[in-house]
Amino acid sequence: MTQLITTPNIPDADGFYAELIALHDGLTDDESAALNARLILLLCNHIGDRAVLAQAMAQAIAAHTNRDQK
Amino acid sequence: MLQDRYSLAFTLYPYQRSADQDSAAPVHHPVVIMGGGPIGIATALDLGLQGIPVVVLDDHEGAGVGSRAICFSKRTLEIAHRYGFSEPLLDKGVVWNLGKVFHRDSKVYEFNLLPESGHRFPAFINMQQPYFEKYQVDRVRQAQAEGAPIDLRGKNRVQSVEVHDDHVDLTIETPEGPYQISTDWLIGCDGASSPLRKMLNLDFEGRVFQDSFLIADIKMEAEFPTERWFWFEPSFKNSGASALLHKQPDGVWRIDFQIGWNVDRQEELKEENVRRRLKAMLGDKIDFELVWTSIYTFQCRRMKSFRHGRVLFAGDSAHQVSPFGARGANSGLQDVDNLGWKLGMVVRGTAPDRLLDSYNEERVFAADENILNSTRSTDFITPKSKLSHLFRNAVLDLAANHSFARQMVNSGRLSAPCTYDGLSLNSPDKLPDAPARTRPGATCPDAPVGDGYLLDHLGGGFTLLALGTEIPESVTIDGIGLTCLSLPTDADQSLAARYLGAAPSAVYLIRPDQHVAARWPTFDETEITAALRKACAKGN
Ligand SMILES: Cc1cc2nc3c(=O)[nH]c(=O)nc-3n(C[C@H](O)[C@H](O)[C@H](O)COP(=O)(O)OP(=O)(O)OC[C@H]3O[C@@H](n4cnc5c(N)ncnc54)[C@H](O)[C@@H]3O)c2cc1C
Repeated sequence: MTQLITTPNIPDADGFYAELIALHDGLTDDESAALNARLILLLCNHIGDRAVLAQAMAQAIAAHTNRDQK
Repeated sequence: MLQDRYSLAFTLYPYQRSADQDSAAPVHHPVVIMGGGPIGIATALDLGLQGIPVVVLDDHEGAGVGSRAICFSKRTLEIAHRYGFSEPLLDKGVVWNLGKVFHRDSKVYEFNLLPESGHRFPAFINMQQPYFEKYQVDRVRQAQAEGAPIDLRGKNRVQSVEVHDDHVDLTIETPEGPYQISTDWLIGCDGASSPLRKMLNLDFEGRVFQDSFLIADIKMEAEFPTERWFWFEPSFKNSGASALLHKQPDGVWRIDFQIGWNVDRQEELKEENVRRRLKAMLGDKIDFELVWTSIYTFQCRRMKSFRHGRVLFAGDSAHQVSPFGARGANSGLQDVDNLGWKLGMVVRGTAPDRLLDSYNEERVFAADENILNSTRSTDFITPKSKLSHLFRNAVLDLAANHSFARQMVNSGRLSAPCTYDGLSLNSPDKLPDAPARTRPGATCPDAPVGDGYLLDHLGGGFTLLALGTEIPESVTIDGIGLTCLSLPTDADQSLAARYLGAAPSAVYLIRPDQHVAARWPTFDETEITAALRKACAKGN
């Protein structure tokens, strides 16, 4: 089974992060949320592998649970 | 005493005094069906055509007004064909294949339901439910004339029942007073608010959706093509949060508006208010006449078990789904298709009583599939949280340019027959090279055969179908005669494509409801005997 990559995988991580934030410039919270949803859908389709997607969902929700416990 | 709850579109079984009402002791019947809606009448046809005496009790005298279920699926037409009333359905029904989905003003995508040829019936026809019920009862009248022991009793309200281990006693109210009968088997086809379920104190649990829909049937001369049009958040804002347009016979169009949960029903149903919504959609120029309006809310739920000893439930009394996907009436007819032959064998004594447990197993499985599909559609159409609404619209926004998103657009996944994967009547698949669509548990897909179609030859009893290999001319196992059907595979490509695939030869054991029970590369009497016994819940 393919594993979700959680080690560094994006070249120029700082540049990517800046690009992601800049994408939301000038948008209202609602517009930003909608943009994020579209981005998620595009990326999920690109990944395609349901097992990998499930791992990503599990990791994302785990981070939320961990934060609540802190 | 017997007040009508609705008025009739067609009087089909007017009250007539039955000899049972003059009998000193309650008369006993093998099968009694409570409810003469589409599901009850279909059950009567299935059993009556097998020669099993049935009594149908309905507290009205025919089909209620209102189009209600309008989309009838290919599987329903195939079942109707087996019962002998597909012809008037096809003559009257409007055939449609193309669906278009809009978001606000723009078309998001379109789908065609008929990508495959070689089927007798189209994917769907549209027709007002009362016509469907009328053609059913016309068929009952014809079958009665040919000797089918079907007894339809209008204005016979089941008032109370007493269930015993080996029979059920019923008290029935009529315009001329009450009477009693008893039966070996009682079939509850008494609709979503089933009084029978309540009399027996049985559960009916599931999800209520907090939304309501206004249905308007209108007559108009308009340029809309014969297609299914669905709008998410239509720009004609004053009409609803979603809208659906569908064509029916007689120049009638069905329009559904999603109007929210906290609505004043009486206010909304006032003609001027319905007209206001319609005008917002159609503009001022189009003239229309209101034929029927109704507001409905819906639930996705089912009974825990469809069998309670001598009492079996079918149709809306057993399960209810949202209307998206046309799974109400269509799935009820599949219940009947499943129950008919099983009850027939049990009544004739050719299969054990526990064959009826498989009705529960298979149709609960199917109901769950229908509920799952219709719940998902409902969640997409009427998102219940801000976030879910956000993702729904993200899908719609992407769908215009990206095909991956189109497959997520869910304006209703239209009714398809259930494959009984992994359930107890199936034997293991001994022909894995053949197509998955004809694996054990699946309904047989149609294909051209000679001047007609494959499904003309299947159903009623068990069939042994041979392709590219020899089988005997007749096979009888445990006193059950199998119809042996050997077909050439070079005459038509779709037959081979659907039943052989990469396999050089095949023998299929097909149930009376046209579902595959087992398949092998060649004839093997020992294997067939075991599979037939399994399909009849015998043995071990
Ligand atoms: C307003 C409305 C809109 C609908 N729209 C759609 C749609 O768009 N698409 C879709 O697929 N489905 C739709 N449906 C559902 C569809 O009509 C049902 O799935 C279908 O009618 C189920 O058939 P049935 O025979 O199980 O039950 P019903 O048609 O409800 O028949 C039950 C029968 O039992 C009788 N009965 C009840 N109590 C007793 C008693 N005590 N004694 C004797 N008889 C009794 C009733 O009078 C009735 O004739 C709609 C239903 C309604 C009400």
